[in-house]
Amino acid sequence: MTYQENYEPKPLPEVELPKLRQVGKPLRRVDALGKTTGTTAYAADFEMPHMLHGKVFRSSEPSARILHLDVSAAEALEGVACVLTAEDLPGGQLATDMPGQTGREERKGSRAPVLAADRVRFVGEPIALVAAETLETAERALELIEIEYEPIPGVYDPLEAMEPGAPVVYEPDNIVATWKIRNGDVDGGFAEADQIVENTFAMPFVDHAYLEPEAGVAWIDDQDVINIRVCTQVVEHFRSIAESVGVPHNKVHVQGTMLGGGFGGKEDITVEIFLALLTKATRKPIKLVYTREESILAHSKRHPFIITHRTGVREDGHITAAEIEMVANAGAYPYLSPYVSLYATVTACGPYRVDNLKVDTKAVATNNPFTSAFRGFGAAQAAVAYEQQMDEVAKALDMDPLEFRKVNYLETGDRNAIGQEIESAVWLEEEATRALAALGDRTPDDGPVRIGRGFATTMQSYGRIMWFHDTSRSWVGIEQDGTVVVRCGVPDVGAGQANSLCQIAAEVLGVPLEDVTVYHSDSALTPLAGTTTATRQLYMSGNATLKASRLVREVLVERAADHFGVDPEAVDLAERAAFVVDDPDRRLPLADLAKICAADGMQLQHLALFTAPFTDQLDPDNLHGDLFPDFTFSAHAVEVAVDTETGEVTVLKSVGCHDVGRAINPVAVEGQIQGGSAQGIGWALMEEVRVDDGMMQTPSLSEYLIPTAKDLPTTKAIILESGTGVGPLGAKGIGEPSLTPAAPAVANAVADAIGVRVPSLPITPEKVLEALEGQQD
Amino acid sequence: MGSKIIALNVNGRTHEIALTPNTTLLQALRDLGYTDVKSGCDKGDCGACAVLLNGEAVNSCLVLAWQADGAEVVTNAGLGTLDAPHPLQQAFADAGAAQCGYCTPGMIISAKVLLDRNPNPTEDEIREAISGNLCRCTGYAQIIEAVQLTAERMGGGQ
Repeated sequence: MTYQENYEPKPLPEVELPKLRQVGKPLRRVDALGKTTGTTAYAADFEMPHMLHGKVFRSSEPSARILHLDVSAAEALEGVACVLTAEDLPGGQLATDMPGQTGREERKGSRAPVLAADRVRFVGEPIALVAAETLETAERALELIEIEYEPIPGVYDPLEAMEPGAPVVYEPDNIVATWKIRNGDVDGGFAEADQIVENTFAMPFVDHAYLEPEAGVAWIDDQDVINIRVCTQVVEHFRSIAESVGVPHNKVHVQGTMLGGGFGGKEDITVEIFLALLTKATRKPIKLVYTREESILAHSKRHPFIITHRTGVREDGHITAAEIEMVANAGAYPYLSPYVSLYATVTACGPYRVDNLKVDTKAVATNNPFTSAFRGFGAAQAAVAYEQQMDEVAKALDMDPLEFRKVNYLETGDRNAIGQEIESAVWLEEEATRALAALGDRTPDDGPVRIGRGFATTMQSYGRIMWFHDTSRSWVGIEQDGTVVVRCGVPDVGAGQANSLCQIAAEVLGVPLEDVTVYHSDSALTPLAGTTTATRQLYMSGNATLKASRLVREVLVERAADHFGVDPEAVDLAERAAFVVDDPDRRLPLADLAKICAADGMQLQHLALFTAPFTDQLDPDNLHGDLFPDFTFSAHAVEVAVDTETGEVTVLKSVGCHDVGRAINPVAVEGQIQGGSAQGIGWALMEEVRVDDGMMQTPSLSEYLIPTAKDLPTTKAIILESGTGVGPLGAKGIGEPSLTPAAPAVANAVADAIGVRVPSLPITPEKVLEALEGQQD
Repeated sequence: MGSKIIALNVNGRTHEIALTPNTTLLQALRDLGYTDVKSGCDKGDCGACAVLLNGEAVNSCLVLAWQADGAEVVTNAGLGTLDAPHPLQQAFADAGAAQCGYCTPGMIISAKVLLDRNPNPTEDEIREAISGNLCRCTGYAQIIEAVQLTAERMGGGQ
């Protein structure tokens, strides 16, 4: 494989985007100053009168029967308010499936015990809860809990877990989910091939490592409602919490706080049910904050995958057939494994036309930490494999890796691996050439330090699986002084979810951003907006806010037109006023207009519902049909230096290029691209949650290392705007897509530098040296 | 060992409080309501709890409150407020350097110490100065930009 020295940016198709006043501007986010001045209150910052402190007693064994559990000494400790075990729970089960507002049926087997009763399946599994007057007392009480385990043979390797006779993590067997794609004539395709290239790629467990450990405060109010103030990506877990605790849905109120990062790790329920149970049992406010060590034990991980590609190609680069096998390590409980593995399956062959395609994916239970959502959600793992495979096939053909990809890139109007037509822009070559060109001159090799370059082009959906029948609501109103209020239940993980809604409302209603106040993230007081997951909030709640803002605008414009004696089409709103477009001196301040509307009894507040397209569930044995609202297509290119004496890899240059459809706030988009690629680079080179026979080997941030400011170059963000997304004003999603191409780009660059591939992430110095030694043999 | 009354001077206000010897400065500050000081790891890995202790940046989780008896502590919230932000707080907001915002107070403390000593730092010097503060959202680029922007606005090096 040879990388060309110079890639010319491919000219972009002509796009004419409407001129906008607030959207598209690099405005200071509405949440920014609160955060930088330390004013923003996070979940662990709240206190209540007579508040108790909670702690969770967790399993020290990866696979065992609980022979004996005695909490009497803990209960007897002075200052302990209660100790709860599985015996005290009404339902005792926790839904691990399809979080959020979806009213669809749950998948079978998708429940986990809230507290383990007789059997534990991973180290860290919750067994008992303590509430005490001080944190120290709660900690002492944990030490007084007596437990006796009888080890049960466990299974830790997903391939072993699929063998006949392997220990079964939970009934009926270890296969949590199976997905298949069967397209065309795979045998015929391979027969046509000039070459067949086969490789296996592997990825580790990864921790989200958000800076804010899980935390919450709960209390019962005068209506007997359990209020839970918590950092969560999903305030709509209130239903699952209510069911687990045994109260009606309308007796649980989740007040989401600003999150100190989520990345999928605060998508599943964390502290909420424990808080609800403890406040219900004690009738006192309760606070529960995880330590970093507890956070690493307690929350989900990114799925390790083992992915084998077998690709048939003609000498001209045309892919004639592909067979792809994927095994995802689902850990001890299903959580979102079925859907993570579905995402991986659907994007298994990447943004390429492969008519003859066979994909087989299994998610497999093991006695490890459970795995669930993490930015990229299976599609990122698929990309690590398919983009390395594309470079390996190019190498086998002795073709430039971009030239090879160009032969096979999907185009608008093509159908993806499950036959869904891609309707939006597909600018893969435009992105790849820009990212590569932006690397500039190649850094020269320096003795044992070899320089390599690599890139990756990827597709990542935004918006949820359409058979979940996704909806969002937003409420927009204008006050009588012309200021604007947005109310929308969107949890803000820090990516600017709430700010984007404000910028959209400001655009439509003709006010500056600082005139908009947003209330968000509340399951009872703000309209339900669904989960902050799946890169869906801009798409879903952005569209709902756009719709609600336009309803308010319609009222304002009609009344203003009446005032000016012109048609509504002749009126626009900007700079806090309504004005006649052809005669801008004729203007009416919004404050006056709003007062007139109010006096006339007009509706100045509107609630809008946005629904994604609804589809039926697809056949898991032959996936075919429409699954996602749309995709974001992306490229990332890097230059790395590999020290062949130490094995150390340094990323020297990094460029992400993404068609985001329309950038609502370019600074926020740039932040996503830089932050997402930092996580991708960390995944490629250093991050691994090590679990040996179920025992956690990386229990804190001393062992689980994430990139520091000295480990990363500044990623240059190139933002393209095709205007073809299904989000508001043509936007696509960027939250997850920003991460997806970075890790495979790094892996390809390392292979380019040293001429041999390290097939498993992270690409540590040890593995680089081992690969170099293998090369010499 | 029992409690002892110590004096903590925080953001210009003196608190006389009884604390046990194992209470960290982080815990003492948060218990006093200085919740802008964040806890991310409680063992010095992440820098979210950084404060100024007599002008030096420290991880407050690694300092015992008794060690800070009589000392002057400044937290990020002591540098400025929402209506009168410190130039660093303003620049961090303008440059998009706060995404989730959880690392931000500690990050700004590290940047403050850097700019106090070196009003016109290079990119490498900024990276070195904030290398003890983990950020999981930004990839650090906009944080570095924010420090550079502050230096420019404060007329650093001129």
